[in-house]
Amino acid sequence: MKECIGMLLAGGEGKRLGALTNDIAKPAVPFGGKYRIIDFTLSNCANSSVHTVGVLTQYSPLELHKHIGNGKPWDMDRHNGGVTVLSPYTAKSGGDWYSGTADAIYQNIHFISQYNPKYILVISGDHIYQMDYQKLLDQHKETKADATISVIEVPWAEASRFGILNTTDSLRIFEFEEKPQLPQSNLASMGIYIFTWEVLKAYLLKDAKKKASSHDFGKDIIPAMLCDNRKLYAYRFDGYWKDVGTVQSYWEANMDLLKEECQLQLDNKQWRVYTNNFNYPSQFISGTVKINNSLINDGCFIYGGSTIEESVISTNVEIEKNCYIQQSIIHTGVKIGKNCILERVIIMENTVIPEGTIIRTDKMEEPIVINQKVLEAKLVVRGGEN
Amino acid sequence: MDRLMGLINLEHEHHIFNELTYFRNNASIPFAGRYRLIDFPLSNMVHTGIEEIAVFVRNKYRSLLDHLGTGDNWDLDRRNGGLFILPPDWNDPSDQSKGDLRFFHNNRDYFNRSNCKYVLVSGSQFITNTDYTDAFKFHLDRNADITLISTNIENLQHEHKPYFRIEADDIGWVQNITNDKRNHLLFTGVYIINKDILMELVDQCIAFHKNHFFMNGIKDNLHQLKIQTYRHTGYSAFINTIESFYRHNMNLLCEDNYRELFYKPSFIQTKFSNNPPVQYLKSANVKNSILANGCVIDGEVDNSILFRGVHVEEGATIKNSIIMQRCSIGTGVYLENVILDKDVRVKNGQKIIGTTEKPFVVAKRQVI
Repeated sequence: MKECIGMLLAGGEGKRLGALTNDIAKPAVPFGGKYRIIDFTLSNCANSSVHTVGVLTQYSPLELHKHIGNGKPWDMDRHNGGVTVLSPYTAKSGGDWYSGTADAIYQNIHFISQYNPKYILVISGDHIYQMDYQKLLDQHKETKADATISVIEVPWAEASRFGILNTTDSLRIFEFEEKPQLPQSNLASMGIYIFTWEVLKAYLLKDAKKKASSHDFGKDIIPAMLCDNRKLYAYRFDGYWKDVGTVQSYWEANMDLLKEECQLQLDNKQWRVYTNNFNYPSQFISGTVKINNSLINDGCFIYGGSTIEESVISTNVEIEKNCYIQQSIIHTGVKIGKNCILERVIIMENTVIPEGTIIRTDKMEEPIVINQKVLEAKLVVRGGEN
Repeated sequence: MDRLMGLINLEHEHHIFNELTYFRNNASIPFAGRYRLIDFPLSNMVHTGIEEIAVFVRNKYRSLLDHLGTGDNWDLDRRNGGLFILPPDWNDPSDQSKGDLRFFHNNRDYFNRSNCKYVLVSGSQFITNTDYTDAFKFHLDRNADITLISTNIENLQHEHKPYFRIEADDIGWVQNITNDKRNHLLFTGVYIINKDILMELVDQCIAFHKNHFFMNGIKDNLHQLKIQTYRHTGYSAFINTIESFYRHNMNLLCEDNYRELFYKPSFIQTKFSNNPPVQYLKSANVKNSILANGCVIDGEVDNSILFRGVHVEEGATIKNSIIMQRCSIGTGVYLENVILDKDVRVKNGQKIIGTTEKPFVVAKRQVI
């Protein structure tokens, strides 16, 4: 028996990420020069001693499955528990795709039952944050809640973009509003839930029978629980948390890593972010290169006369002489020819940028996402709109 | 199919790296930003398709054990075969063996259990990136008992002095093994030997109270054995002194050397770490250097090699130096021709200058 097991929702398509999710699921999108988005959630599990995690995948899962592998980078290659990838399946009674977040858990009740957990942590693989789930669990146990939802204070002006929880002073939730026009609170749901498993199971079984339901935690399960006057509490999280749902927010979250005062700490020895490793040799800087406020990963070759400012450069990237790169995100295996100028752009994996290319995104626009196809068609597509 | 098993024999390697080998043996000396010397023989064996590798190690092996772990970073965590670290532990009261023969004698099982008929033996001081498959084919084609891997060195240096030279006839049969310093054909310390012959020579050495397998078993029996030599070509280095350690690190700052040692034909594998990408802050200035992940740079780095997790503060200058893991370099520090071992802290404003022939070495965990 496990006290608490994690169910990580990683099937999302991430439509608003445009070309970034053409071939891969959103949780597998590269982030921070070395990681993939899901690494933050998986590392949170590892650091919070949640060592049994089911990862629910659906959309374009190849890269994601390969990345998770047997869970070794997160110390989840275990005989008892560890990481299990749960894809949609068929069975005697038929079978179907996961039609919503709650449906995904419903279809894997048999997986959860194996461990007979008391609590279940439901998280998603598309947020960037560092959080100790044990603290959330502690509060859940203290308040003897049926469900505890992690919340973060957002600026009032932006509150109408989030799922807002209205609570009493003791943080008991009495109302949940999805993107309210006139928010009464600025506590936004982070999509992180702890449920008492017996309670959730009953609601999942009930919800599955409802034809009209969208089988979603936010839209169906939580409202149904509130309706029955169940004990739902909010858990306040203060720290860095970002939903990288759009190209703009993906770019911003990467840029946040470059700020010295950023709350998200990649080199925090007490809270490491784990990922797969490819054993590239260390980066080689040839000649004089001006590099400021940037992250550069293993395996890169950067040649003299170039200037790199406020950029995130992934594994095995080559940047030839006299390039100017500013506020850009360069993914693995990209080759950039001489005298290129890149400003506020995102270059996807293995793209070869020919000598003298100039690509700039206007300050007010969403950063341009470039891949080989876009480049070859000599057409620039604005991220999120194709 | 004939197969090879591997043996990395560290027994007769001298620890002559002063400060660098106070707490570790040669094989675990850090190299080129993120490696240790043993990564080279180990990776080369793995690239040759060898699936069981033993390491003979007698002392100062804590850091080596930590580095090798289960061997998973080299794909050697296997149900069948894999990595066998064989530290000295023997209780046989009738044991008469000496030197590295004690390792052979007490670990006979390792050799007997395997169905490989050939053994590739290596030390840790010959650094190259290669695959010994061709050498093995050559060994089988020539029907040799032993094949010594040799390499021709154009410019002999001080570091080459202790290594054996090989005299062979036109078709590669070894005629003599000498220390003749006019001979440019050096023995790399790597050889392929038929397992049966290995075990036979071990018994013979023990019976005659010998203490050095290569010297007494192979060199002394030169004319009774069929010994070939196979010439290794490509970038390589012998590392056996602080001076050669420093120079060969610095040579990697020439891109061709770096690419040849690390990118061909496969990567040299090493222990994974979990460091974030190198973070360059607002005053960073970097010229011709190798930087490993986890570094945070706000100062000037010129012609240097920085290992994982080195912090360089604003106003610090590092020139022609090797800075090992997790060192921190304070504001206004000036370092030139310096080797800092792991975890050294250099306080604000310090100035340390060595020479290229005699780099200034600071031992592990010092605060200056």
